[in-house]
Amino acid sequence: MKRSKIYPGYFILPALLLITALYLLPSFLGIAYSFTDWSRYSSELHFVGWKNYIKVFSGGEKYLGYIKNTIFFTLFSAIIKLALGLALAILFTSSRIRLRNLHRTIAFAPQVFSVLIIGITFKAMLHPSTGFINTLLRNCHLSFLAHDWLGSIDTAFGSIIAVDAWRGAGYAMVIFIAGIQNIPLIYYESASIDGAGFWAKLLHITIPSLLPTLTVNLVLSITYGLRVFDIVYVLTNGGPGNATDVINTATFMNFSKGNYAMGTTLSSILACVTVIIALFIVRFMGKKEDNQ
Amino acid sequence: MKRKLQTILQNLVAWIFSAIIVVPIIIIALNSFKNVRESNSMDFHLPSVWEFSNYLDVIKRGNLLIGFRNSFSYALISTLILLAVTLPCAFVLQRRASRLYRILYYVLIIGIALPLNNIALMKVMVGLHLMNTRTGIYLLYAAIGLPLSVFIAHGFMSGIPRELDEAAVIDGCSSGKLFLKVILPLLKPVASTLFILNFLNTWNDFTMAIYFLNGSDKMPVTLSVYNFFGQYQKSWNLVCADIMLTALPVLLVYLFAQKYIIQGLTSGAVKG
Repeated sequence: MKRSKIYPGYFILPALLLITALYLLPSFLGIAYSFTDWSRYSSELHFVGWKNYIKVFSGGEKYLGYIKNTIFFTLFSAIIKLALGLALAILFTSSRIRLRNLHRTIAFAPQVFSVLIIGITFKAMLHPSTGFINTLLRNCHLSFLAHDWLGSIDTAFGSIIAVDAWRGAGYAMVIFIAGIQNIPLIYYESASIDGAGFWAKLLHITIPSLLPTLTVNLVLSITYGLRVFDIVYVLTNGGPGNATDVINTATFMNFSKGNYAMGTTLSSILACVTVIIALFIVRFMGKKEDNQ
Repeated sequence: MKRKLQTILQNLVAWIFSAIIVVPIIIIALNSFKNVRESNSMDFHLPSVWEFSNYLDVIKRGNLLIGFRNSFSYALISTLILLAVTLPCAFVLQRRASRLYRILYYVLIIGIALPLNNIALMKVMVGLHLMNTRTGIYLLYAAIGLPLSVFIAHGFMSGIPRELDEAAVIDGCSSGKLFLKVILPLLKPVASTLFILNFLNTWNDFTMAIYFLNGSDKMPVTLSVYNFFGQYQKSWNLVCADIMLTALPVLLVYLFAQKYIIQGLTSGAVKG
């Protein structure tokens, strides 16, 4: 019997329709609209060429700031979450730790809560006058360290990244744990016989074997970082000033102000960059594995 | 001796990490039972009087019940739509190996990396008469969850032997019957993983609501918490009670279905 009869193509149709209408069509339409002056205030559309793109890339501090902040967030949140995630994974797979499963459950828990809830929780924690962090510092006679964490330029971005790490490190950990559990125990046993210590095993067995897992974690945290929106929106809404605005918060701002063309330009830039980076990482890391 | 010391030290570090996660949750929980004045200083002090009425207050003032009902229907219905389109799709995609189907597979999963263009999406939603409607939200959340779900279900399908299909066809099964009677029961594990994963994601989301919904009658619970927070910023006790009420159901689901949630979030990742 023919394949097309047992596995009919129309089984795919609803999914394809849904993704085309609500995901791909907007992406292409968005690119098309980025060459216009589309806004809420005029029913007419005009073709404006590269004007919106030129405005973003040479239009001064504000727009470059969005891009810089997005890259900054992506880079640092990825590094911190991966480092923490790996450390937690190694710690919580060690046979010396009691109640390992309890620790893992706790570490992963923030991932299941809404970012919005977490954001409000940490707005409470970091509140300059009533927040837990500053209260704690004052009670420990460290009041000179108390600070308006989310409201001042020098700490706002760091605080966002810290809250994001609080939420996301457990996710990286869970993926690393799955990777660690795939490493054959015999590697470690024979290394022990050869007299290898903890660090030697980590450097020569664990980390090299985790390379594919690392790739996955990297792709996940980079694609997450580039499209970050909600945690920034809730914690600072881009402030103070534009200090913590990332591309997606700027897109939303343009959306609510009715500057649709600029919003969709920013979205399209982000989409291109994200897809290119994701493809690059998958290719590059994939090759590296093949060579080994 | 040295080994023992190391073990103690490692366990200590483990507890410090866990404490960092748990402390904010405890603080919020304690604060939710205090009166307004006491809740202004966040610390480990127990409330002098336990104000259980905070919770009733929040439910009344925060439109929480409407929010809960909305979020529940968004999450449930969009997830059911998602499963209904994803599972047959993954079945056929995985079984047919031609070039065309490989391309279709990538078209379906590119959304894992590609961010959604929300502004142009608004235009499409208006064009399809889906803007600010419940149907629109159901379909939208189904579409958002689709790429990762197809990816995970596709991976799972490859573990179901093809010989089963052939045997069923020889026995006279039509393709529809083959899928419903033979394949679908075997997809139960991945279906439950996808169900919980997408249900939670929709329940927790608020981005789509701020872009595509207005009017308090359609508001999901996340947005009602956000608005409540905007209105009652000075009453931390009520804000904390609101946080507790919305976080508790999720926490319970997590504790009971942890295995499926972690599987859902990692199975795709680890296989890929």
